[in-house]
Amino acid sequence: MDIPLTITETQKGLLEKKFTAVDLVDAYLARIKAFDKDINAFITVSDELAYAQAKEADQKIAELGKKAFEQFPLLGVVTAYKDIFLTKGLRTTAASKVLESYVPPYSATSVERLTDAGAICIGKTNLDAWAHGSSGENSDFGPTKNPWNKEYVPGGSSSGAGASPAANFSLIATGTDTCGSIRLPANYCGLVGLKPTYGAVSRYGIIAMASSLDTVGHLTRSVDDARTVFNITKGEDGKDGVVKNMPMTSTDKKLKIGIPKEFFVEGLDSEVRKSIDEVIEFYKRHDVEFVEVSLPHMKYGISVYYIIQPAEVSSNLARYDGIRYGNARSTFSDEAKRRIMLGSYVLSSGYYDAYYLKAMKVRTIIRTEVNEIFEKVDAMIAPVAPTPPFKLGAKVDDPLQMYLTDVYAATANLTGIPSLAIPSGFTKNGLPLGFQLMGPRFAEETLFTLGEMYQKETTFHLKAAKL
Amino acid sequence: MEYIPIIGLEVHVELSTKSKMFCGCPADPFGKQPNTQTCPVCLGLPGALPIANGKAVKDTIKFGLAVNCKISHFAKFDRKHYTYPDLPKGYQTSQYDMPLCLSGVTTLSDGKPIRIRRIHLEEDAGKMVHEKLDGKRVSLIDFNRSSVPLMEMVTEPDFHDTESISAFLKEIQLIVRYLGISSADMEKGSMRLEANVSLFQSQDTSYMIQDIDLPDYKVELKNINSFKFLEKAIKAELKRQEALLESGEKVKQETRGYDEDHDETFSQRSKEEAHDYRYFPEADLPPMRFSDEEIASIKDSLPELPQSKREKYSQWQLSTQYIETLLSDKTRGEYFEQAVTVGQKHNVSAKMIADLMVNKSLDKEFEEPEGLVRKIVELTKRSYAEPEAVKLAVEQVVQEQTKPVNDYKNGNANVIGFLIGQVQKILQGQGEPKLIQELLLRELQK
Repeated sequence: MDIPLTITETQKGLLEKKFTAVDLVDAYLARIKAFDKDINAFITVSDELAYAQAKEADQKIAELGKKAFEQFPLLGVVTAYKDIFLTKGLRTTAASKVLESYVPPYSATSVERLTDAGAICIGKTNLDAWAHGSSGENSDFGPTKNPWNKEYVPGGSSSGAGASPAANFSLIATGTDTCGSIRLPANYCGLVGLKPTYGAVSRYGIIAMASSLDTVGHLTRSVDDARTVFNITKGEDGKDGVVKNMPMTSTDKKLKIGIPKEFFVEGLDSEVRKSIDEVIEFYKRHDVEFVEVSLPHMKYGISVYYIIQPAEVSSNLARYDGIRYGNARSTFSDEAKRRIMLGSYVLSSGYYDAYYLKAMKVRTIIRTEVNEIFEKVDAMIAPVAPTPPFKLGAKVDDPLQMYLTDVYAATANLTGIPSLAIPSGFTKNGLPLGFQLMGPRFAEETLFTLGEMYQKETTFHLKAAKL
Repeated sequence: MEYIPIIGLEVHVELSTKSKMFCGCPADPFGKQPNTQTCPVCLGLPGALPIANGKAVKDTIKFGLAVNCKISHFAKFDRKHYTYPDLPKGYQTSQYDMPLCLSGVTTLSDGKPIRIRRIHLEEDAGKMVHEKLDGKRVSLIDFNRSSVPLMEMVTEPDFHDTESISAFLKEIQLIVRYLGISSADMEKGSMRLEANVSLFQSQDTSYMIQDIDLPDYKVELKNINSFKFLEKAIKAELKRQEALLESGEKVKQETRGYDEDHDETFSQRSKEEAHDYRYFPEADLPPMRFSDEEIASIKDSLPELPQSKREKYSQWQLSTQYIETLLSDKTRGEYFEQAVTVGQKHNVSAKMIADLMVNKSLDKEFEEPEGLVRKIVELTKRSYAEPEAVKLAVEQVVQEQTKPVNDYKNGNANVIGFLIGQVQKILQGQGEPKLIQELLLRELQK
C-alpha cells in the first residue's frame, strides 16, 4: 500500500476503506522492521499497543462512520513519541542509560490528549540523551541517521522524531524544543516542525531539560496537520502552572514579515540563503510585505542560552541521584556531565550574579527587542540553521561548534515566542532545506496561515525519502 | 568581662492544609502507612511539575499579617539544591530573595519587641527510617511528608535570654493555633526550632543593648524537638562559648546538635562543609503578585488574635494567670467568651465564669456554655423560705413590734428596714427580701 502523507489523506483512506488502521500499523511496522536498523529512529517500538489502538480505531470507524473523525480528530494517526514523553507502562529512557529500564507510572498530558483524540502510538523515538544536542549523536542508544542520506545527521535533539515521519515509520512525531530541537530535525528531514509559544502546551510528563525554555510540539508533513495536532495538545491541564488558555490571534489584513538583518550575515550557507530568498520572493508575489528589522542583542543569544540552559539542566538532573531508577550518576554521558558542571558553576555563590543573573538580564533585553519588532510586523523569517544537514561525526568532538548550530533557534526559546519550521527545497546533494517563521506569543495561527499559503503552491513537504 | 547572649530563631511550622504544597496529595502524613500519600509530583518523578497551593500561600500571608509583617506585592519560589535521599527532586522548592512576608515585629508581654526578618513558604522533605529488615540494617524512605507545606519564620537576633525565647515561641504557637493554620505540635514535628547563638563580649557594662555589634560568628543549633530542650541547649551552648572565649579561643561558626543525656551540644557540620544551595528562580511556578486590596481582604478575614483577647479579658477584670490559662486553649477560650455572653443575661460576671473554669474546670462538665452558666446561676441562687412561712413571720412581727408599727403608721417610713430585719431574724435570713417587703407593706396597710 502507499503510505498516506497527511492526516487528511489518512482519514480519507480509512473512511473510504482503502485500508484499515490495522493495515496502516502493519505498513509502518514493516518499514520500521526493514529499515530502522540502519536509521535507528526508535528506542522502543510498541507493536502490541499500536495494534490494540488500531483495532479500537477501526471499531470506532465501523460504529460511527464519518462522525468518528469529528469525535476523534486524530483517529488512525500513527504517532511516534520522542522518548522524553512519559508513556504509562511503556519504557521511557530520555535516550540515557540512567533511565534505561524506567517504566513510568503515568503519561504526559500531551500523550493523553493525543491518545484520547484517537492517535496510535507506534513507539518511542531516539534523541540526544536528555535532549542535549543538535545532531542526535549524543544518544546513549546510538545516533539516528538522516533518511535522506544516511551519512548525514537528522538534526537534534528530536532526531528520531525527524527521521520517523521522513522515513514513513509514522505519520507524525512529537518533540520538544528547548533551542531548536523540533525545528532543526524538521529542517534537516524535510518536515514541518512546530515549536509552540512557551505556556501554550503543557509540559507535564515531559522529562524536563531547561524548565524556562522547554516547549512541547510536533513534526508533521503539512502545516495543516501541525495545526490539527496543536489544537489538541494546547491549553491548560491544571498540572503545568505556566500554561494559559489564551485566545489565539490571527489577522485578515495584509501581512508584514520582518527580516532580522543580524540573521542574514556571513556564515550563512549560500544554499540556505538562496532558498530563503526564494521563499521571500514567493510571499512578495502573494501580497506579503517585507521589512528589515534588527535584534541588536541577539548576538548574545547563544551565550545567554548556554548559561541559563545548563543552570536549569543541572537542577533538573539532580533528581537522578543514583538512589532511584537503578543507575548511578556516573552513568550520565559526557554531554550531560558537561552541562551539570557548567550549570552548577554558574549558579554557585559568587558566580551567580556574574553569569546567571546577567544572562537573565540580557534575556529580558532580547525579549523587549522582540516585542518591539512585533509591534511593527506580524512575523519574522529566519534560517533554522546556518547550514544544511552535516555529516555524522563532523562536529561531535567540538561541542562549541555543535552549540552554534542553535544560533537561529535561540530567539524563540529565550523569548517564548512560537516558531514554525517549513521545508523549502533541497540542496544540490538532495538534502532538505527550509526556513522558520516566528510570531508574537500565542500567534501560532498567523504562522499557520503563512505556512499554508506557501504549502498550497509547493510540494517539497510531500516528498518522501527513498530508503 | 561581661558576655551578652545574641540569639536569633528560625521556626518551621507545617501548615495543616488539606493538600500538599505542590500537589493534590493529603498533607497529613502523621501515623499513615508509609508511601501511601504520594504522587508523581511529591515523589519527584521525571516529568512531574508543581502547582502552588493557594491556601498555603494565603495562610502564610495571614500569619505574616498577625505578626505585623509587610506582605510582598511580588513574591516568587526558588530552588534550593542539596542532595539527600529524602529530597526526591534534588532540590527543595523554597523562597530565597523574595519571600511572602518581610520585617515584622511581635511584642513580648514584658514589652520587649522581637523583630521578624522574614517569613517564607517551602515544602517539607520525606522521612528516613533506619531499621533492621530480615536481619539487615536498612534505610527506608517514606515520602508521605514530602511536599507538605512548611512555613519558615526567621527572627532578628533580638533575644538575650532564654526566658524571652520561650515566651516568644509560646506566643507564636498561640497565634498559629488561633489562625487555625497549623497544630504547631512539637511532638508531631509540625513545629520545629533552630537557634543561632553567639556571645557578645563587653569590657564594661555601660553598653546599650541596641548599640552592640553582632559577633562575627554564629553557632546554629538544629534538630531540637521541644521548647524545654531548646532552652537547655541554648544554655549549654552559651556556657560552652563563654568557656572558649574566656580562655581566649575563638568560637567556630558551625551547626551543632544537642545531646539531652549529657546536657551538651555537639558539632554536626562546620562552616567549610556548609552547602552552596545554588538558589535560582523556580521556572515551573509563575511569580505571585498581590494587590493592596487582596492583602486588605486577607487582613479583614483574620480572627481575633491572642493579644487583643488579652486586652479584652483584662478589661473584664481577669487576672493574668486566668487570662493566660484561658487563652492557651483556643477552643476553651471561645467557650469562655460564649459563656460570658450568656452570663451577661443572668448577672453572671466574666470573672466568676473564669474562676469556675480555671479553678474548678467546671466547663469540662458542660458541653454547651449555656449549661455552665445555668449551673453557676443555680449555685449562686440562695434557697429562700416558703412564701407561707414569710407570711406568718410578717404577721408575727407586725403583732409583736407595736411601737415601730405605730411609728410607721404615723409616717415614719424609716422603720421598715428594722421590721424587715426582724422578719429575717425569724426566718433565719432565709427570706427573699423583695417578698418580705411586699408582704410587710400589705400587712401594714391593713
